Amino acid sequence: MEGNHFAKTAYLSKFILRLDRMRISIWVLSLTFFTLIVPSAFKEMYSSQQERDAMAQTMANPAMTAMTGPADLSNYTLGVMTAHQMLLMTAAVAGLMSILLVARHTRADEEDGRLELLRSLPVGRLSYLNAALLVVTAACVGLALLNGIGLYSLGIESMDLEGSLLYGAALGATGLFFAGVTAVFAQLSESSRGAIGYSIAVLLISYLFRAITDVSSDALSWISPLGWVTKAEVYDDNNWWPIVLMIAASIVLYAAANYLNAIRDLGRGFLASKPGKKHASPFLQSPIGLALRLQKTGIISWAIGMYVLGASYGSVLGDLESFFSQNEMLKQLLQQEEGITMVEQFLPMLMIVISLLATIPPLMAMNKLRGEEKKERIVHLLSRSVSRTELLGAYFIISVMNGFVMISLAALGLWSAGTAVVEGGLSFAMIFGAALSYFPAMLVMIGLAVFLIGFLPKFTGFIWMYVLYSFIVLYLGGLFQFSDWIGRISPFGHVPQAPIEEFSIIPLLLLCLVAGVLAAAGFIGFNKRDIEH
Amino acid sequence: MSLLKVTNLTKKFGKFTALDGVNLELDKGEVLGFIGPNGAGKSTTIRVLLGILKSTGGEVKVFNKDAWQDAVDIHKRVAYVPGDVNLWPNLTGGEVIDLFIKLNGTVNKAKREELIGKFDLDPSKKCRAYSKGNRQKVALVAAFSSDADLFILDEPTSGLDPLMEKVFQECVMDVKRQGKSVLLSSHILSEVEKLCDRVSIIRQGKIIESGTLSELRHLTRTQMLVDTMRPITGLNEMQGIHKIEESKQGVTFQVDTMQIDEVIKHISQFGITRLESAPPTLEDLFMRHYEGAKDTGGVR
Ligand SMILES: Nc1ncnc2c1ncn2[C@@H]1O[C@H](COP(=O)(O)OP(=O)(O)O)[C@@H](O)[C@H]1O
Ligand SMILES: [Mg+2]
Repeated sequence: MEGNHFAKTAYLSKFILRLDRMRISIWVLSLTFFTLIVPSAFKEMYSSQQERDAMAQTMANPAMTAMTGPADLSNYTLGVMTAHQMLLMTAAVAGLMSILLVARHTRADEEDGRLELLRSLPVGRLSYLNAALLVVTAACVGLALLNGIGLYSLGIESMDLEGSLLYGAALGATGLFFAGVTAVFAQLSESSRGAIGYSIAVLLISYLFRAITDVSSDALSWISPLGWVTKAEVYDDNNWWPIVLMIAASIVLYAAANYLNAIRDLGRGFLASKPGKKHASPFLQSPIGLALRLQKTGIISWAIGMYVLGASYGSVLGDLESFFSQNEMLKQLLQQEEGITMVEQFLPMLMIVISLLATIPPLMAMNKLRGEEKKERIVHLLSRSVSRTELLGAYFIISVMNGFVMISLAALGLWSAGTAVVEGGLSFAMIFGAALSYFPAMLVMIGLAVFLIGFLPKFTGFIWMYVLYSFIVLYLGGLFQFSDWIGRISPFGHVPQAPIEEFSIIPLLLLCLVAGVLAAAGFIGFNKRDIEH
Repeated sequence: MSLLKVTNLTKKFGKFTALDGVNLELDKGEVLGFIGPNGAGKSTTIRVLLGILKSTGGEVKVFNKDAWQDAVDIHKRVAYVPGDVNLWPNLTGGEVIDLFIKLNGTVNKAKREELIGKFDLDPSKKCRAYSKGNRQKVALVAAFSSDADLFILDEPTSGLDPLMEKVFQECVMDVKRQGKSVLLSSHILSEVEKLCDRVSIIRQGKIIESGTLSELRHLTRTQMLVDTMRPITGLNEMQGIHKIEESKQGVTFQVDTMQIDEVIKHISQFGITRLESAPPTLEDLFMRHYEGAKDTGGVR
């Protein structure tokens, strides 16, 4: 039956397309939507070349280059600006789309036995892989065309047809490349989690390698496939070679995946999945150890994210003066005071955003307990010699420490990047103090989460609405001129905005008290109620 | 002395009464079968015993302590296997077993290894890769490795294959021999029949029957097939005889276990050439209760 390896590929791709039509549409349309709203927003916000040049100035530092890649800052048109700030990130997301779509229909289907079923039918041994690749390739082409034509149709002067098509092509080609990467790892790894994990690792390493080399040695960043995206210099020099390179690399990867698939048995891989531990480490053998272990990956990812967030805010502090003097909207957001530097004025608004974002991981850590309850896993602990107080206490302690670590890391990131770009440096104590003054407000949120777990377990999700409310009224409050009491419904509205406002410890102590009462009530409630699912 | 005593236990979920005056008793060294169809309230009762649910009324004592107030104390001597074993997908079976054993208090490494071998479990696999049966094995290994005095097992074999069910039965026999007590909920009657000293039958939140197997057998009927040299007369007039049917092999009928002696005496007058009897099974018992007072008969 040689030569019949591809039998029914077309039919299978129609099948996959049918299965995933919603999923693919959502990915492609939301990526396109995201691409198309940004230039219009930029056009509103930076309508004159002067404003755009001011923006270009704030981008001219290593931290920003590491984040978004290089660009011709002397020719910062709306097009260049959009490509500089958006293309790389969007391309990385397009890569993620490909990774998830390909893994779904290669190793995941194989792992779950669906492929075995299909292979027992008269289809070729390589048909399903190629059907999956065909569908993802079509999705990438669709993504490229929609974005390219969409951007051009915005009718922005600096966004010509060639540049727009190149923009789309860069997105699509990145998608193709990572589809190829995933197809290869789906052959190598024995589990779909492995295939996704390795592929995302390649994506992240590409990004980080590009970040480092873009700052240190531009030529070396040709090694990273994500480096190629910025080398296209969309809307500037419109360089098509990196795209050709990406498509060529994708073809090689597709071929490699086919070859590896052809020489292996169904269900097997080349990287044997390593057997897990047969014994638990002493660390795992307690409720708090278990809770930490379950959240390990999430906590580490958030910790890195918070540091990066802080650092990226910090990196723009250097050019604040020029930036804000030209942007009316942002000026309105800030509270104007005499005798205080721009950085100091900017700080409270940054801190509100940072502290609200830093509140998310500790709340997730707290609500994890309710998740464990719903999945009927805490029964294993409570039916052994673990008390409810001990169990809730473990999650509470983790949540509180989590919050402290997150806001501290964000402050550290802000300070370390900020002190590098601001003339005369920044005071660590000032930054850290400003960040920590939000910690009591975070505690109130955590306390409320404990209260809900204790008394209203069905409504633990309510806390997210409160976070959202706080974000809207406090971040955008200045813009909309809300009256004071609306902000004060949120604990974050009670934090003195040092260094603008005079610092006072009283409201912070009161917040701690409220947090303590809420948490204590939650413990009582949790000890009194049924464990449900 | 009873290890476990449930008196008049009621449990309501909102307006729905899941348990309505449940009474249970379990003595030291005893295996109690807790039987009922799905939704009868077995798991709910067990969860109240474990202090996971709070009773609406009645008294629940384990080791003479209150199941709700003294839960942690009680649990130091209890091993529990839930009906649906949900585990953490990213931990391995071995890690989960160690965690469970550690939380139970005593650590018996040799026993753990022996049971992992007996149940043919691969402890290096992540729980996400385990089938329902394998997840149950994890919970069973952890339970039987512990040094508990009371084993509470909620339909523990629903995912096991017959071979593993046998291993499970050996484990129960083993702990029984050591003088420990077992509460075994099930709707698999053959399993309960083999293992249990006493059974309690629950239906729609009420205990409808309780006692030793021989006590309960008084409530059941024996199925008989008799062939005699001379045609049997007068069967119809006897007490405790049901469902008389003529067939090629002879006469079949059901007889109340209490009346067997008299019936045998009667038919022996006709010169028995063939006599077959099927022992009363819990199945019969089950049927009779589930189908209400209605006489269905003719089970087999
Ligand atoms: N948390 C709950 N809320 C409402 N009803 C419940 C809850 N748990 C159990 N029930 C109901 O109680 C009855 C008994 O359930 P259960 O004890 O699980 O039965 P069994 O274990 O005997 O199959 C069922 O009708 C079930 O639907
Ligand atoms: Mg049940």
